[in-house]
Amino acid sequence: MSPAFFWIASALMLVFGAAVIINRNPVASALSLVVSFLGLAALFMSLDAFFVGIIQVLVYAGAVMVLFLFIIMLLDLRVEERRRINFVAFAGGIAVSTIFFGQLYLVIGRLRQATQPFPALSPNHPDDVRQVGLLLFGNYNLPFQIIGVLILVATVGVIVLSRRELR
Amino acid sequence: MVTLGDYLFVSGLLFTIGFSGVLLRRNIIIIFMSLELMLNAANLSLVAFSRFRVDSLGMPNYHAQVFVFFIITVAAAEVAVGLAVIVALYRARRTIHVEDINTLKF
Repeated sequence: MSPAFFWIASALMLVFGAAVIINRNPVASALSLVVSFLGLAALFMSLDAFFVGIIQVLVYAGAVMVLFLFIIMLLDLRVEERRRINFVAFAGGIAVSTIFFGQLYLVIGRLRQATQPFPALSPNHPDDVRQVGLLLFGNYNLPFQIIGVLILVATVGVIVLSRRELR
Repeated sequence: MVTLGDYLFVSGLLFTIGFSGVLLRRNIIIIFMSLELMLNAANLSLVAFSRFRVDSLGMPNYHAQVFVFFIITVAAAEVAVGLAVIVALYRARRTIHVEDINTLKF
């Protein structure tokens, strides 16, 4: 993984991630979220996690984003009108996130492993789709089936929620 | 040379962006997108640790990547249900501003 690739992908991810919460137009926010997730997928691939990177593009940039845009256009949201900002809540939010990030930065700075480079992979290691698949259907077979039931329950829940009148 | 600390730093920055989005924005759909950003920041640090813990055969720790797979699946289900709740809320109250939805406050 070359440093230039890492910094370009992470800058892409962070700039468009910030654009998600800065934009006042919800459609622009949703499209910024797609670009941010593409940068994240590039970071996954720079970590040799190709399967997770592909899943990230398929699920987030594909399915989740279409869902967000669909809902935004269904509700016909326009650019939200400027409201009076509650300055106490705004300053509190900024302060809490600054303190949180400072704390995180201190913890990462103290981590001994954080300054070590990544160890090299063996040149002939098997591809990661095979390894993840073996684990998924072997060790994690029960959680995998439970996830299937969870998705079924979510589907039924969405259908019940989106009926015209709730009883 | 890119180290584990760089990935954790970027992941923490992404989490902070999502966190401040939840605290600062009042549009419930944007808050939902910020939640997705936070979930993905956690995924990034999991994958970075997976690549860092190389075992004796020279393979990364794939258990973390399976965990990321589960997180992505649960997040997708959560998005579907959450957006359906938002649509039901909009039908009932004609608003998606969290400041206007204060029935349970106090």
